Amino acid sequence: MSTDPRPLSPHLQVYRPQITSITSIAHRITGVMLAAGFLLLAYWLLSIASGPEAYLAASAFFRSLIGRLLMFGVGLSFFYHLCNGIRHLVWDTGRGLEIETARKSGVMVIVAAAALTALFYLYAYGVFGGGA
Amino acid sequence: MSRVTPLGRVLGLGSAKEGTDHFWVQRVTAVAVAVLGVWFALSLGGMIADGVLYRDVVAWIASPVRAAALIAFVVALAWHSMLGVQVVIEDYVHGGLKVAALILQKFVHIGAALAACVAILRVALVA
Repeated sequence: MSTDPRPLSPHLQVYRPQITSITSIAHRITGVMLAAGFLLLAYWLLSIASGPEAYLAASAFFRSLIGRLLMFGVGLSFFYHLCNGIRHLVWDTGRGLEIETARKSGVMVIVAAAALTALFYLYAYGVFGGGA
Repeated sequence: MSRVTPLGRVLGLGSAKEGTDHFWVQRVTAVAVAVLGVWFALSLGGMIADGVLYRDVVAWIASPVRAAALIAFVVALAWHSMLGVQVVIEDYVHGGLKVAALILQKFVHIGAALAACVAILRVALVA
């Protein structure tokens, strides 16, 4: 494919980061993270179907430092992508597209994603009573 | 009055009537993944809280309703992920490598989804 040396329009590196652009880029990055998370889900399910030994091996992986970091990334990505995805669905109805509203909803998404991730860990690790 | 040229009509060219499919399926699967994903996250959180013993996980999956919901989750998630990764590849990979990457990501998504569904069914039907 021949490339014409015509001037290109300004791209990412010349723009000041804004809440709207950051949340958009983060939606894509977390989406790719979650694609990896989908493969981990398939691995987890296959290990269960393969018997107790395979399940223990998978559990050991998920409990290792790398496994925990990976799952934290997937968890944070899930809650972020969920919240920002809802923001996108609202936009699809034509609402909330004013710059000021989009900024506010962007901040709300980041706060909600962090809060939901924290709540999930509090719930899973028994801070709300009972459990390991 | 149709604006398709006579040649276009003969060749069967023109709109395939599928222009909005990618957009629409991405939204439909998004809603499914949002609902089923929250259910799965809550279930997983509960399992982690209780300590995840093998027989408990098997018993959890073996319930027909949960197995069905889990299969729905896997299918919707794979589909949504496949559409998303497709767009990312289309944006950043070019030339022949793009075609190869697009085909490969489809195979990986469909393969992983099939394997996951077989795994769920095996646990649900055999256990």
